[in-house]
Amino acid sequence: MSAPRKKRNPLRRTVLPYFVVSPYLIHLLLFVLFPVVFSIVLTFHKWNIISPMEYVGVDNFLRLFQDRLFWKAILNTLLFLVVHIPLQIVVALTLAYFLTQKLFIRGFFRASFFLPVVISGVVVTILWQQLYGMESGVINRVLTSLGLGRVEWLTNWRIAMISIAIMATWKNVGLYVILFLVGLQTVPISYYEAADVEGATAWQKFRYITLPAINPTIFMVVILSTIGGFSLFIEPYIMTGGGPLNSTLSAMLYIYKQAFEYYHMGYSATLGLFFALLIMLVVVVQKFTIESDD
Amino acid sequence: MKPSKIILFILLSGAALSFLYPFYWMILASLTPEAQIGELGIVPKELTFSNYTQMFSKIPIWRSLLNSTIVASLSTLGVLVFGSMTGYALAKLRFKGREVLFFTIIFTMTLPFQISLIPNYILMVKFQWVDTMAALIVPALNNAFAILMFRQTFKSIPDDLIDAARVDGCGELRIIYQILWPNIIPTIITVAIITFMSSWNDVLWPLIVIREEHLMTMPQLVTLFAVGGRAEPQLGVKLASAVLLALPIIVAYAIFQKHFIRSMASSGLKG
Repeated sequence: MSAPRKKRNPLRRTVLPYFVVSPYLIHLLLFVLFPVVFSIVLTFHKWNIISPMEYVGVDNFLRLFQDRLFWKAILNTLLFLVVHIPLQIVVALTLAYFLTQKLFIRGFFRASFFLPVVISGVVVTILWQQLYGMESGVINRVLTSLGLGRVEWLTNWRIAMISIAIMATWKNVGLYVILFLVGLQTVPISYYEAADVEGATAWQKFRYITLPAINPTIFMVVILSTIGGFSLFIEPYIMTGGGPLNSTLSAMLYIYKQAFEYYHMGYSATLGLFFALLIMLVVVVQKFTIESDD
Repeated sequence: MKPSKIILFILLSGAALSFLYPFYWMILASLTPEAQIGELGIVPKELTFSNYTQMFSKIPIWRSLLNSTIVASLSTLGVLVFGSMTGYALAKLRFKGREVLFFTIIFTMTLPFQISLIPNYILMVKFQWVDTMAALIVPALNNAFAILMFRQTFKSIPDDLIDAARVDGCGELRIIYQILWPNIIPTIITVAIITFMSSWNDVLWPLIVIREEHLMTMPQLVTLFAVGGRAEPQLGVKLASAVLLALPIIVAYAIFQKHFIRSMASSGLKG
């Protein structure tokens, strides 16, 4: 950067950048750094906000490790991710691959896949709660008209979390279709033509040309849906309240309940801190696993 | 058309139907008398507006629409104004601590929000911002993602343009908003759409800091109309509130579809 010809007060020139970033600095101190420090303080205290804070040492951590419901909530969240992520990748990749073909009204298809992405999760959840209905739900009515049996989508504890994962896939997949579409379009057509000359099968072309090219996209989809999946909250909150038999109690829903139903601020902050560290750990492990796959 | 293309077309149509039909069903169900929703198919037997009139009399939905509009608009304005200030300083100004600030911003993006949720709520209690719009707006005025987007865009603008403006006696803020903004319209649109959408659709934070019905945002009010002690027993009435929540976004999406897709895809690509 060249110095401006018309020099102003030198003090002003040194102070000015700090003035320009000051709105963000205030935000950073108040809403990012202070909460992180304060959350660590909170983990050593018992507090219901109204009465004074009470120092309890590492009690919150001991309680966390014995809290069966919290571990169940973590496992539920992981089950959600294990169903949601592969399903999302397969569906998104398939639809994106279809969309690479030159087709009539391709733009309309793309726009319709993307519609649920922009709509509030509240709407999607209220809607799917009805679609999943046992007797008059649209999905079970389609199944019975095809001569198949009804599924207890939300009332069977073995199925409920999977149902939520299917809904979440339906809601988000449009975004990943677009990301895969961008990734697929980076592969030069000449590669496929060369493979055709060599007599490669469709699977070989996918495995050795397409997959390496979209590996960065797959990584991004995994990371984005992991972070999103760990935040799972409003879907079980509206759809099942965490039931049946706590089978859809997500970690975030449990933290929310500890804080705002029981007012265990210290304990809930401990759960939040622990859960955040777990998320960061999982993302780092994913990063290394996928990169070493290359 | 080749047979393979016809099969592809049928498959894609089936997929599109599975994404569109549920919304069609929801809109139709909200216009159907309660007793007939159960056997609703493609064509309604009878249409009624009574679900909507009942909903209007039960919850302050218009007030919540206004609240959501205020919150999302002011948050977006803040993110644009402050985000371009910080992004500009990181891209074009020299000062001690610039690199530290840049890496701090990157670091804050990797922090899961779960860590700061409870402390931020306590901060709102201490500020006495619970049950005020300030709790919804002030923490949302700055956003790390927007700062990085602005920094990236400003870096591509030649210094000559800024130097020339300085020679003409422009202050830094005038340079940002009068000289640079007209040159970065696509970035502004992208940041605005993403910020507005995430504010509009956020429901966890409002559930935590707002308890009074007339201050609630629209997704929050609709949520409390769907579950909990104040839940609405009639399905059609509940769905009517969900339709109204979805409608502004569906209309905006229908008009600015390409911008929505491009913006949200670029947020995924950079995030």
